[in-house]
Amino acid sequence: MYIGKFRLPIMSSLLIWAALWEIAGRTGASFIIPPLSRIFARIIEIVPTPAFGDALWITGKAFILGNIIAICIGVPLGVLMGRSVIADRIFLPWVNMFLSSPLSALVPVIMVIFGAGQTTIVLTVVLFAIWIVVLDARAGVRNITPSLVEMARSFGANRFQAFSKIFVWAALPEILAGVRLGMIRAVKGVVIGQLLVSIVGFGRLFEIYSSRFLMEHFWALLFVLFAFAFAINEALAWLERRFEYFAASRN
Amino acid sequence: MTAAVAQKSAAPRAMVEVRHISKTYAGGVEALNDLSIDFAEGQLTSLLGPSGCGKTTLLKIIAGLIPATGGEVKVDGRVVTGPGPERAFVFQDFALMPWASVMRNVAFGLELKGMARSEREAVAEKYIASVGLKGFEKAYPHELSGGMRQRAGLARALAVNAKVLLMDEPFSAVDEQTRRKFQEDLLELIAREQKTFLFVTHSIEEAVYVSDRIIILSHRPSQVSSIVEPAIVRGGGPDQIRRDPAYLDTVESIWQSLKRYLD
Ligand SMILES: Nc1ncnc2c1ncn2[C@@H]1O[C@H](COP(=O)(O)OP(=O)(O)OP(=O)(O)O)[C@@H](O)[C@H]1O
Ligand SMILES: [Mg+2]
Repeated sequence: MYIGKFRLPIMSSLLIWAALWEIAGRTGASFIIPPLSRIFARIIEIVPTPAFGDALWITGKAFILGNIIAICIGVPLGVLMGRSVIADRIFLPWVNMFLSSPLSALVPVIMVIFGAGQTTIVLTVVLFAIWIVVLDARAGVRNITPSLVEMARSFGANRFQAFSKIFVWAALPEILAGVRLGMIRAVKGVVIGQLLVSIVGFGRLFEIYSSRFLMEHFWALLFVLFAFAFAINEALAWLERRFEYFAASRN
Repeated sequence: MTAAVAQKSAAPRAMVEVRHISKTYAGGVEALNDLSIDFAEGQLTSLLGPSGCGKTTLLKIIAGLIPATGGEVKVDGRVVTGPGPERAFVFQDFALMPWASVMRNVAFGLELKGMARSEREAVAEKYIASVGLKGFEKAYPHELSGGMRQRAGLARALAVNAKVLLMDEPFSAVDEQTRRKFQEDLLELIAREQKTFLFVTHSIEEAVYVSDRIIILSHRPSQVSSIVEPAIVRGGGPDQIRRDPAYLDTVESIWQSLKRYLD
């Protein structure tokens, strides 16, 4: 973006919005919008507190555990569906349905079964992440060069060997793409799960802040979460780019 | 004992016996119908025939990769029911794992058998050297030329020490010059390794150059059209073979018999 001959940095539009926010906040038009400078002051204040640390720890655990479960079930299921027509017929309609359905509506159901606790949040993460992992693993396996599969068979690979030594690796670029998309969904899952359960982690903090009308705290927490989600996404995208050379040299 | 040896040198026993094999694909394509062929032990036998006549199909049935709809195949006296350690396949498109080094690719057959790493790498190293890839153990397939990739594919098949090597157009994805060098190396290899080679090719020259025996197949569903045993003296080196009148005559006569299958 240029003004006259002067080149503006890419993030400069953000600065304009930030300035507008600051001005709107200082006029005191609404208690919902506190000045941005004070929100940032709150971030610095909140982040080192033990309450925040606990929430982050609990959230991180749910996020990681949920993703591990989603990958450990999703990848084998996707590979199975890519290889077996019968398995594909059985599972594909469900996977597609869950992929596009409003999953938040299912969280209360999980809560009824597993109680309002960490288990529910982990399962929410799994529920959000797993479907795209399955679908991408399936797509990856369907793209495998047939001779690679024949090669493994002709040298005597059993099913497990074929899975662990051929399918997973040959489909790795797609699997990683699925894992990345799954993790992005998992961020939503962990936040939505905590908000609905609202007695653990960030959900509890949000509950406290909003019930006491601590808008500065509320916004501060939201910004931190956005930053985390953004950072996770960027990190995964970077990792995926590192594997691209491999996808290109595959065939 | 002496008698048996004498008999063997006179008429080598059949290592691979194809008996009344038929194959009809799911779509109704009849690729093979009641085909019977013997492949002699310790020889290189080529399969030559019009495109789509079922050569790959036959090789895959022998490899145990696809089931026949009728008949049976015996390898070393045993009926084939699936892939087995006495057979190894060399693929037209190499079928190397792009995520693994040459070393791991070549050792892959042994890895699947559960051989310890140091042991299998020692074996692989030997065969990598014997196909002329020494120094490329750590390279990845995408860093190799087509010819070098197929050398790795060949080393992988040799490393499992199978009695029968099944090669489906192994040199067709390789450029002409590399291919010639490859054919020469293959002759050396045959002389060195006491193995039975089944070799599918589209090139008459190649078949005549490398084969002890050439089986010419007819149109789909294939029948054996004729069998040629090139009477070439192989002692004299590649250039001499390629100028040998027997070589040229054989190429010509095979061309004459294959010509009628065109169009
Ligand atoms: N998986 C399959 N399903 C259905 N038909 C097939 C299949 N594979 C091969 N065929 C058909 O069977 C016939 C024989 O095929 P095959 O690949 O064995 O021929 P080929 O002799 O190897 O040909 P080429 O010389 O072109 O490699 C062809 O007509 C082909 O279309
Ligand atoms: Mg073929």
